[in-house]
Order: sequence, then structure tokens, then C-alpha cells
Amino acid sequence: MVEIIYNIAGIIALAGIVIAFIRLLLGPTAADRTVALDAMTIITISLIAWLGYMLGRKIYLDVAMVYALISFIGVVAIARYLERGL
Amino acid sequence: MAMAGAIISLIGAVFLFLGALGVLRMPDIYNRMQAGTKATTLGSILFLLGLGLGHFHKVCICKTIILVLFIIFTNPISSHALARAAHYIGIRLTKKTVLDKLHEEDREELV
Amino acid sequence: MKKLLFSFIFLYLLWLLLTGTNTQELLLGAGVSLLISLLFYKKLGIYGEFRVSLKAFIYAIIYVFVFLGALIKSNLDVAFRVIQPVIPINPGIVLVKTTLKSPLARLILANSITLTPGTLTVETAGEDFYIHWIDVKAADESGATEAIVRNFEKYLEVIFG
Repeated sequence: MVEIIYNIAGIIALAGIVIAFIRLLLGPTAADRTVALDAMTIITISLIAWLGYMLGRKIYLDVAMVYALISFIGVVAIARYLERGL
Repeated sequence: MAMAGAIISLIGAVFLFLGALGVLRMPDIYNRMQAGTKATTLGSILFLLGLGLGHFHKVCICKTIILVLFIIFTNPISSHALARAAHYIGIRLTKKTVLDKLHEEDREELV
Repeated sequence: MKKLLFSFIFLYLLWLLLTGTNTQELLLGAGVSLLISLLFYKKLGIYGEFRVSLKAFIYAIIYVFVFLGALIKSNLDVAFRVIQPVIPINPGIVLVKTTLKSPLARLILANSITLTPGTLTVETAGEDFYIHWIDVKAADESGATEAIVRNFEKYLEVIFG
């Protein structure tokens, strides 16, 4: 029962990634696409941790942490580039 | 304990989904950012804490706590940087907007 | 001295959360944290801005709960707006002023504003904060300041000197 609820939660979060991806494809400007990418990376961090817990592999949490760091720096770098301040 | 964790995770997943839906449905970039930042922050906090609570006996929860703190601190900063860049390159606000105190004329005095 | 102590405490807490409870690891972490804080504490100005007193500590704990309550309220607000067929928005960018002096307090205030109902910090310049508000209720400066900033500022004023 508990496993089923966790799986449903993972599927709902995955549907969130798909919906944000539609905005990534549609987005009229580069900044819109970056907002969609930001939302997608946050959901991806949650899903990496979900995989780590469900498969019982602690090391995936470190992967999620490094991914969080890199995605934050990536979004800030894109913002600086759009501002022509890079 | 495991059941409570599972339900907290489910609520978090619903907030993540609503945040993504907000990113898709809102009319301009600033409103999209509002939905994207707030809903995904609380959603990921609840999702991760629910996972940690449900597997408390197997895996240490410490790394999950670090992940949650990192998300709380960095998510507003990245959205702030993006909003500033979007306003700087002159992306228009939606037609429903009632006022904009941060025009280009005002910006000249700021810099 | 205060900077040294705070930077040591933060580094060691981070180390404790990242590693396990092995005696050798605890000792090594304490040594490395002490070394790093001794080397760099003069540059770490932000750690000197906390006020050390019992009242500030209690206010910091209250602030965490105020912040979490505002975060939950803002999420319900976003969820309520998103699921409606026609999204009810009345957006605009307003100017608010803060009386806080310390840079760390201003950073925390800006982050808190971003995560509270319907507001997003767009630009900061000194004491002026430009805030995108999804549902503008007060267009003038004092009214907006009263509605957005005041709730957090009264706690941050006590925590930071």
C-alpha cells in the first residue's frame, strides 16, 4: 500500500515534468524557456531522490545534491548571459 | 510512520504538478515565475521530507535535510536573477498589468 | 571573535549533516572547520551581523514558523489561482522601502518576499525593493510596504542589529 502511494506520487511529479516541457517547447522567449527548465530541474532533483529511496541506494542522494548545485549555477549563468553581464 | 510519509510525499507531488501547470498556463514570464518558484519549492520540500520519513529506519535523513535547505536558499535566488534579467532585456508584462514602477527611465537613475 | 565562532559552528554543522557519527570523522571535521574558520574569518563579514542574545534567538525561531506559514499560504494561493478556468490576476510591479541595514538581513528579506503569497522580488537597489505583485492591492509606496514587508521586518530588525 505504502509502495503504491509512493509510486503514484512519483508518477504525478513525472507528469509535472511533461507539462513544464510543453512550456519549454512553446515559450516565446529564451527567459520563458529558462523558467520552464528551472521548474523541470527542481522536479528532477525530487525524482532522483525518489529513485534513490525506492531502489535503496544511498549514493543517489549525493547525485541529487550535485545536480541541485549544477542546475542552480546553470540558471544563474543563463540569467547573467541574458543580461549581457557574463 | 511510513503511511504518513507516503501521504506527505503525495501532497508534495501534487504541489509540484500544480507548479508545472502554473508555468504552462500563466500569461507572462513574471507570473510564470511566481507559480514556478513557490509551488516547486514547497512541493519538493514535502516530497523529500515524506520520502525521508517513510524510509527513516533504512537510510539517514541528514542528506535529505541538506537538500531541502539548499532548495529553500537557492530557488528564490535563481528566480530573482531570472526576473531581473527578463526585465532588463525588456520583456513586456501582460496586458492585464496595472502598473510598472521599474521602467527604463527609472533604471537610469538606479545604475 | 563572533565571526570565528559562527563560521566554525556553521561549517561543523554542515560536516555533521554530511557525514556519519564516527569518532575519527567527528575529530577530523572539527579540526578542518577550525582551520578554515581561523584562515578566513576576517573576510566573512556576514557572520558578524547576528545579534547574540536570548531575545534574538527566540525571534529567529518564531521567524522560521512565520516563514513556513507564509510559504504554505502562498502555495495554497498559487494552487487556487492555477486550477481556475480563467486565471484571476491583477499584476503589477510596486516599489517598497525597507529600514534594514545589514546585507544579510536584506538578502533574507528578499528571499522571504519571493516565497510569500503573490510577490516576487524583481530588483533591489539599496533600500528600494521592486516587487512583482500578482494581485495589486495598494499601488502607493507606503501601503505596499505595509502589506508586504512589515510582517517580516519586525522580526529581522531584532535578529540583526
